[in-house]
Amino acid sequence: MTIADGPALPKLIGERVKRREDPRLIQGQATYVDDIKLPGMLHLAFKRSDIAHGVIRSIDTSAAAAMEGVELVITGAELAEHLGPMPIGTPFPAPDHYSVATDKVRYVGEPVAVVVAEDRYLARDAADAIEVEYDELPAVVDPEAAMEAGSATLHEGFERNIAVESYWGGTGVNPETAQPEDDSAVDAAFAEADVVVSQRMLNQRLAPNAMEPRGVVAHYEPGREYLTVWSATQNPHILRTLVAALMGLGEHQVRAVAPEVGGGFGCKINIYGEEYVAAALSRLVKAPVKWIEDRTEAFLTTTHGRDLLGYIDLAAKNDGTITGLKARIIADIGAYEVLLTAMIPTLTGLMMNGVYRLPVVRHELTEVFTNKTPTDAYRGAGRPEGLYFLERAVDMVARELGMDPAEIRRKNFVPPDEFPFATQGGLVYDSGNYEPCLDKALEVADWQGLLAERDAARAEGRIVGVGLSFYVEVCGLGPSAVVPTGGWEHSGVTVERGGKVTATTGASPHGQGNETTFAQMLADHFSIPLEDITILHGDTSVVKQGIGTFGSRSQAVGGAALISAAGKAGDKMKQFAAALMTDQEVSPEDLVFEDGRIQVEGAPEVSKTFAEVADYAYVPVPLPPGMEPGVSEEAFFEPENNTYPFGCHISMVEVDRDTGETKLLKLIAVDDCGNVINPLIVDGQVHGGLAQGIGQAMFEEVVYDEDGQPVTASFMDYVMPRAADLPVFELDRTVTPTPINPLGAKGVGEAGTIGSTPCVVNAAVDALAPFGVTHIEMPLRPERMWRLINEGGQS
Amino acid sequence: MIPTAFEYRRAGSVAEALSLLQEGGPEAKLLAGGHSLIPMMKQRLAEPGLLIDIGGLDELRGIQEDGGEIAIGAAMTHAEIAASDVLRAQAPIVAETAANIGDAQVRNRGTIGGSLAHADPGADLPAVMVALDATIALLGPNGERKVQAEDFFQDILTVDLAEDEIVTGVCFQACRSAAYAKLEQRASKFALVGVAAALSLDGGTCSSARVAVTGASSHAQRLSGVEGALAGASLPGGAADAASGAGDALDFVNEDLHGSEEYRRAMTAVFARRAIEAAAGRS
Ligand SMILES: Cc1cc2nc3c(=O)[nH]c(=O)nc-3n(C[C@H](O)[C@H](O)[C@H](O)COP(=O)(O)OP(=O)(O)OC[C@H]3O[C@@H](n4cnc5c(N)ncnc54)[C@H](O)[C@@H]3O)c2cc1C
Repeated sequence: MTIADGPALPKLIGERVKRREDPRLIQGQATYVDDIKLPGMLHLAFKRSDIAHGVIRSIDTSAAAAMEGVELVITGAELAEHLGPMPIGTPFPAPDHYSVATDKVRYVGEPVAVVVAEDRYLARDAADAIEVEYDELPAVVDPEAAMEAGSATLHEGFERNIAVESYWGGTGVNPETAQPEDDSAVDAAFAEADVVVSQRMLNQRLAPNAMEPRGVVAHYEPGREYLTVWSATQNPHILRTLVAALMGLGEHQVRAVAPEVGGGFGCKINIYGEEYVAAALSRLVKAPVKWIEDRTEAFLTTTHGRDLLGYIDLAAKNDGTITGLKARIIADIGAYEVLLTAMIPTLTGLMMNGVYRLPVVRHELTEVFTNKTPTDAYRGAGRPEGLYFLERAVDMVARELGMDPAEIRRKNFVPPDEFPFATQGGLVYDSGNYEPCLDKALEVADWQGLLAERDAARAEGRIVGVGLSFYVEVCGLGPSAVVPTGGWEHSGVTVERGGKVTATTGASPHGQGNETTFAQMLADHFSIPLEDITILHGDTSVVKQGIGTFGSRSQAVGGAALISAAGKAGDKMKQFAAALMTDQEVSPEDLVFEDGRIQVEGAPEVSKTFAEVADYAYVPVPLPPGMEPGVSEEAFFEPENNTYPFGCHISMVEVDRDTGETKLLKLIAVDDCGNVINPLIVDGQVHGGLAQGIGQAMFEEVVYDEDGQPVTASFMDYVMPRAADLPVFELDRTVTPTPINPLGAKGVGEAGTIGSTPCVVNAAVDALAPFGVTHIEMPLRPERMWRLINEGGQS
Repeated sequence: MIPTAFEYRRAGSVAEALSLLQEGGPEAKLLAGGHSLIPMMKQRLAEPGLLIDIGGLDELRGIQEDGGEIAIGAAMTHAEIAASDVLRAQAPIVAETAANIGDAQVRNRGTIGGSLAHADPGADLPAVMVALDATIALLGPNGERKVQAEDFFQDILTVDLAEDEIVTGVCFQACRSAAYAKLEQRASKFALVGVAAALSLDGGTCSSARVAVTGASSHAQRLSGVEGALAGASLPGGAADAASGAGDALDFVNEDLHGSEEYRRAMTAVFARRAIEAAAGRS
């Protein structure tokens, strides 16, 4: 019996293991869609509408088609013979939406024709040579005006541009009649309140701005009747399903690959027209085709996020007890419903319970079409909007009552013994313990010290404010009942000859670091070195099944599937090990993985190396009775609920009295995402989220003029947060595990964007409170702040 | 970046660049750092048929000081200008302004010649050159021509430069008591409003001043009212007063998403004051 004398392997879960994906990413060795080059590949360019709203009168493609090297020029109407309207992933009524407009254009950037040409430059020249004539229609830009009688309408059958209307409140909606049940309790709560705050707030439109724009390569192989699509997507399996459906193929005829994907932030969940068009045109021209989005196209045509207008009323007692909430929300969803468009704003109302006991709510939501780029998920997807509205309103109540913003929140927290906690909207929070998180944030920030610092600065004539927010959000999407594509995740774990491990995951990381965290989990599970593990993802021909990455689900759902598959593989390894230990009577149940060996628990002298057991599994002579050779196992994990991480953010800002420029001096984030596999990666996720959340509060906004022309279609006008704009973040955490998955991990991808936005705006309002300011719309533009300093009131 | 097709020629000398410019006619464009021209080509707002690269020409390089006069070659990058010991010692306003242009990539590529020739309404260096009363040297088929900076900048993206001329450099008198202050447009970092002030100081009193603004209006221009108010003013105390009317005196003021006319006028006064205070604090 051999005892391998390899080194003791430290446990990796919970360690700050550096990301294994980074060396190739930062050395330019990664393969993105644009790096894929196939023999005979042709290039696509889209002719796009330069008006916001109009009927296509004519399209003259003759000059383009005559250019040498142009293979095909095809209009939307012609393409419609090959491609039907695009599917969506929500149950809401939706107008037909063709990949390329057939008769009418509804936003600047909407495609009207496509060129296939030998190279990308020629394709673009040819697209420019296409002449389109429109009968222009009035642009619908303001969502409130859009709902008025007499407004121009975008879609037939959608009166007053209303896409979705929903209502719930009081004791909820009667499921039989779909009518609100008696919600007089809401009116009563407001009538009896000591204080009511009412505020109109805009959670503005944002451009997700992934570092890598979108791109697709499609290769339809005639004869084989097999389609391969490489795409910068967050969910290759959903891409496969939908492209197959629209192409009239079975899923067995389609392989979808997400190679290296340079960020998504939600905007690469949707399956876009360009992906369907590439697939269809590859079949039509019998050649592989490529399309790579440029940055202008990314601003104009990749889905935008947010754009919710809220009319928020919050009622409270003099002691700070919150007694009721009314929210009337108008979502400007842009020109069409794409994959999840209509669902995102529905999450906003659901999450507006926040961390509070909220006795009664009334929630009205209207989703409105306008002549703008369609909206869909953007980091946080519905939750930042809801938490912004709520946390601003709670702050306003605190200010009315002269209460400390921390104390009003403490007073209304759902107490730890009420979990699982059912909200007014019907969600069930899995676990939570809010007060220790608040206390830790106050301690890390030195809250009393901050207030004193603020007051001292004010005494010197400086304009300084502090702000606080407390959020809860929803992660780990599933379960399948709430995710139209299915809410499970899949994983495969294969122990290879030599004791190396290959695992697959249906989660499709595009910056999350799962190649590291998942390897950490397997390293601990099998007690083998990290280097002995490869995590594969993003290719439907390698990863048998999967849903993808969104809603901070990779760890909570994908990780759980991985551990389940690893458990099955481990069991089989132990069976083979026991069979190898011929000189002893060993039962697999007595075996454990320890430092590269499989050994009898507590008796390291009775062991086999992991490698020799693996070798035996593939040359099983003799084959143990009842066993199949090899170790390759898979598992699906279906969560029974979502997870609900939470956290407290605190910030301090200073405003320049002369110019209105706001500087973020401090940001403290104490997040609770349950158990943490890799604190370095969790901190990285929080950092990125904070930058984007602060970006929304201070810098970013997609702006259209009254004709529906985008004003912010480049980085010269769209203000992205930069490292120099941000302070050194102070991070800490509390740990409240979830019972929903065996890891106890909740998810952290979006937390930073959810807590920081209201936190920073609350600080800015605090800074300007001495000028009589009660609310400031985002972003905190210098001119806006300057006007408030000089004129007071609201913006 | 998907521009229209163009021919690219790297000029071996200024003379060659000039003859290529002549041959190319209106289709030809000089390329220096490319950080104004290429963004426009990328958007197909500019579609030159011929690019003549002058970026590496030795004749257009160098920063010299001679008897109190400083000369900068047109192809010097913002980064080189920011790092110049001569400038840091004798005209710190120029080095500091260059150090705050855009970001590191922009400063490593963009040149002073390109910045002056392009004359973006929000470009920083034009205001500094006007305040320093710099002379801009141009070379064309008929030989050399010198233009004072305040006459060179004429309107939005419009300068006194013929299609067949090249900016070869700028020169100005050394001046320590000058400073530039800008309000950044937060996306591009161009000046929403930028003011350069060059002062002649006699102890705490300003004997004369040149003050110029960029960003606020169509092109860099002098703020003569402020200059007048500064003559004889005691500084830094008198800066605010002298600057107070700066914005109101402008004929035309830009207006966009990042700042209304009213805001830009107000900021012109604020940044005039800041520039004057910084310049006065320098002597
Ligand atoms: C992201 C970004 C941020 C920026 N931020 C700022 C900022 O904060 N402040 C600021 O001032 N600028 C800023 N710029 C502009 C930058 O400074 C440019 O580099 C500069 O304005 C142009 O110089 P260039 O050498 O790049 O010129 P190019 O782009 O090469 O040329 C610009 C124009 O000038 C002409 N030209 C160039 N050289 C000569 C010459 N010697 N003689 C005659 N004509 C010539 C060209 O033909 C062309 O028409 C920014 C640019 C970018 C892309």
